[in-house]
Amino acid sequence: MFASASSVKVAALTVNTPSVNFNLKYEKEWADLEPVPQDDGPNPVVKIAYSEKFSDVYDYFRALLKNDERSDRAFALTAEAIELNAANYTVWHYRRVLLQALSKDLREEMRYITAIIEEQPKNYQVWHHRRMVVEWLNDPSEELEFIADILSQDAKNYHAWQHRQWVIQEYKLWDNELKFVENLLEDDVRNNSAWNQRHFVISHTTGFSDPAIVEREIQYCLSQIRKAPHNESAWNYLKGMLQDRGLSSPPGLLERVLELKETHCSPYLLAFLFDCYEDALENSNQKENVGEEERKDILRKALEICDLLANEKDTIRKEYWLFLGRSLENKSGSRGPSDKPPEPSDPASGQQEMS
Amino acid sequence: MWQRDGGQLFKKNFFFSFCVKRAVLRCLFVHFLLHSSYQLFVINPSFLCFRPALLREQHYQYLKKGLRHLSDAYECLDASRPWLCFWILHSLELLEEPIPTAVASDVCQFLARCQSPTGGFAGGPGQHAHLAPTYAAVNALCIIGTEEAYNVINREKLLDFLWSVKQPDGSFVMHVGGEVDVRSAYCAASVASLTNILTPKLFEDTTNWILSCQNWEGGLSGVPGLEAHGGYTFCGTAALVILGKEHMLDLKALLRWVVSRQMRFEGGFQGRCNKLVDGCYSFWQAGLLPLLHRALFKEGESELSRQRWMFEQQALQEYILLCCQNPAGGLLDKPGKSRDFYHTCYCLSGLSIAQHFGNMDLHHEMILGKEENRLVRSLSPLLLGSWRIIRMYFLVPVLENEKKN
Repeated sequence: MFASASSVKVAALTVNTPSVNFNLKYEKEWADLEPVPQDDGPNPVVKIAYSEKFSDVYDYFRALLKNDERSDRAFALTAEAIELNAANYTVWHYRRVLLQALSKDLREEMRYITAIIEEQPKNYQVWHHRRMVVEWLNDPSEELEFIADILSQDAKNYHAWQHRQWVIQEYKLWDNELKFVENLLEDDVRNNSAWNQRHFVISHTTGFSDPAIVEREIQYCLSQIRKAPHNESAWNYLKGMLQDRGLSSPPGLLERVLELKETHCSPYLLAFLFDCYEDALENSNQKENVGEEERKDILRKALEICDLLANEKDTIRKEYWLFLGRSLENKSGSRGPSDKPPEPSDPASGQQEMS
Repeated sequence: MWQRDGGQLFKKNFFFSFCVKRAVLRCLFVHFLLHSSYQLFVINPSFLCFRPALLREQHYQYLKKGLRHLSDAYECLDASRPWLCFWILHSLELLEEPIPTAVASDVCQFLARCQSPTGGFAGGPGQHAHLAPTYAAVNALCIIGTEEAYNVINREKLLDFLWSVKQPDGSFVMHVGGEVDVRSAYCAASVASLTNILTPKLFEDTTNWILSCQNWEGGLSGVPGLEAHGGYTFCGTAALVILGKEHMLDLKALLRWVVSRQMRFEGGFQGRCNKLVDGCYSFWQAGLLPLLHRALFKEGESELSRQRWMFEQQALQEYILLCCQNPAGGLLDKPGKSRDFYHTCYCLSGLSIAQHFGNMDLHHEMILGKEENRLVRSLSPLLLGSWRIIRMYFLVPVLENEKKN
């Protein structure tokens, strides 16, 4: 749905077959089968100017499908059809039916699908097919290495990561994954897929409840931030890890971030500070030891950051930061000039203050 | 270069030309980063104008031709032909270009040939049904909007198909024997809603499954555990809106994630954190802001703007108009990439969203460049499948048989 249309150009290059231009209808092997032309109707729309080979292969594929033929020639033809359009999920489905009906060698199929994925790593069907074969063999032993190879060519391939997470979870292959992630982050500390995998591994193994783990992760984040201050992934990870328990819960975190502000400032650092202040305000509702003065001071600092981000440091998100500022002000009881209490949700009478 | 008329006109348009210059520089810089070796100035004659223009006529010709004929470069989309119908028809709709009656009828007849005897629509005649071409076909038929179009859809069989791809955990596979991801929930919810076959039982546990796709970043992933991604986030969120359950998301976290996806330099959106800008995310990402605006409003948020979405509308329009147009027609990912109908559809959809703020009662426009750049207000209700008019054609309830109970 998303990337396939823009691979039109890529496909045109990879599907090029300059060699033999054969016609199946001249092959003895296929003489008994009547090819089935595509039924596009008398006035076709979005009519593709198929090459002769494409039409030929698919005319015979349709014939096989119609008869539900389960033979070696059918199996061989699916490979031809796949080469011409690897996104044809009907062909892949039929190939799987044949793999089982003909008791084909699944190890050989693994070799086949490995080669296809190397050629076309951004296709949904090829990865799904590999998953099916791995499941049938009940053998994940090649997977982590194979996926690592694909990721070495494109470290953010979504299908590759999806397959990797499936394999790890299904076959409980957690042991070396954190190390794998750290190596990737050393290659590219901005690889958001790797940061996600880090979160995936930890949340499914030790979890984020243990304060020692949290402290380790905070240290890791801060050290990566010192190396690359404008890396949004590291800041998002820090926040994402802490948000359920509260950003103000780890002791000394706010202070450490304020220290970083002097030398390693970024819009992300400022946003994190805002989140800390907002969290502190929310929690101060429950705590009696946070005085009114302190609350007002925290609110002032939070609103200052909103202003700074909206007008100077992160102007592309101006509308958002202004909204957050208004929203926080409203929630915290410090009303604007109109001094109006928040309206209940009622579309019919929805009176909103002008932005 | 900017002083078309000199003097007074130049002064009046100085702000425009400044913005255009900044966007042009952005565009050229991005192009340099990607293709430092060649073809710098292929792109856009409207660089030379002080007001960027949407190349309406060129896009129209490109779309009109594609609706009939496509080169063999499109062999890779031979299992997605209803998509080609949808992308092209939706683009024409946004450009307010009428679809000739004969063409519309031909599309209906073609999509009828793509319908599977067991229900749902396939990527082409004779192929198996799949939720993505099902979504595309149903939405394309709704764009055509004639009785012939609505009559193509076999609703009873469609419901059978949806049940056949439903999983016990609430998710849907894309086709029988196929893969699961959050696109399927959106495709299913959209067509079920549009054709009025939506029942709570059909989407039992789907809400919880979609919610489990919201991750530590605040956005949604394709399946639980993966990276937050614009396309999947749109699908998951829109599906929940159709099901009336969008309030169950952490809306604040989602809002923070999506606004952070707008690139401060290019003006367009990236699909994932720390990745590159792409014109199609003008819809998948920016399209979330209207959904969130409405969701937050329903939750009692009183401080929402009454004039603007919470993203930089002008910057997005600049990116699309100055960096994503092919001078021969069609739109694209980023400078240096080829045009295609997918990008044409979603760049135009994103442009429409960036131009129009509002809902039933409010409407505020912000058109960058010439007045003629204005597109039809983005039919998000259509894409969400909640248009009452369409559903009027599908008043007859489709009864579920014992199997499903």
